[in-house]
Amino acid sequence: MISVQEAPFDPGAEERRLAEACPGAGAIVSFTGLVRGRSGGADVAELELDHHPRFTEKVVREIAEEARARFSLLGVTIIHRYGRLNPGEAIVLAAAAAEHRRAAFEAVDYLMDRLKTEAPFWKREHGPDGSRWIEARPGDWTDRARWDRGT
Amino acid sequence: VRILYLGRLQDVAGTRAAQIDLPEGVATAEAVRTWLSREEPALGAALGDPSVRIVVNDAVARADHPVGPEDEIAFLPAVSGG
Repeated sequence: MISVQEAPFDPGAEERRLAEACPGAGAIVSFTGLVRGRSGGADVAELELDHHPRFTEKVVREIAEEARARFSLLGVTIIHRYGRLNPGEAIVLAAAAAEHRRAAFEAVDYLMDRLKTEAPFWKREHGPDGSRWIEARPGDWTDRARWDRGT
Repeated sequence: VRILYLGRLQDVAGTRAAQIDLPEGVATAEAVRTWLSREEPALGAALGDPSVRIVVNDAVARADHPVGPEDEIAFLPAVSGG
């Protein structure tokens, strides 16, 4: 299940839904990303995410499909929110169902590295000192490069 | 056409979305970028950044991608990621 949405979601419920959709799975790994309350030493009151109304979901879907093929997954869930979020809120869920644990662990790690560098979202932090657009960290690209294997 | 300025570009453009009529002869993705840049030089500098991608409707467009009145043309700066 792939969804780019403004509404909040329940990570536990989504994980159960993925398990129910993949009866042959021996492993479900799920990652939930939360909005941080501090960034670069400054307080963040609100995180705003801009997205493209169709292209963003298309790219997220492509990333999910590549993970499914690469790790022979039985199922993938990615939910990513946009709009205005408060610290502590769940912003992203990436979950993978596989026959065995290694594939599920690796797939979720892979999904997050791809999402952090390629998913068309633009983040703006609003804090007491004003607001600023943020860019992918160089470390995100280093993480992403681990999966290239020369392909 | 409908124009979308995503991320930080909306600050430069002063709007996130705009409905505009293209002048005759402006019929490709790159021509739209050039025309908008000429209309508003500050925006032109931002749109001319090599990291800016153009998405026509729901796909990344090459410079010579044709555009017509019904199309949506989005300018995407470097992403923040998910």
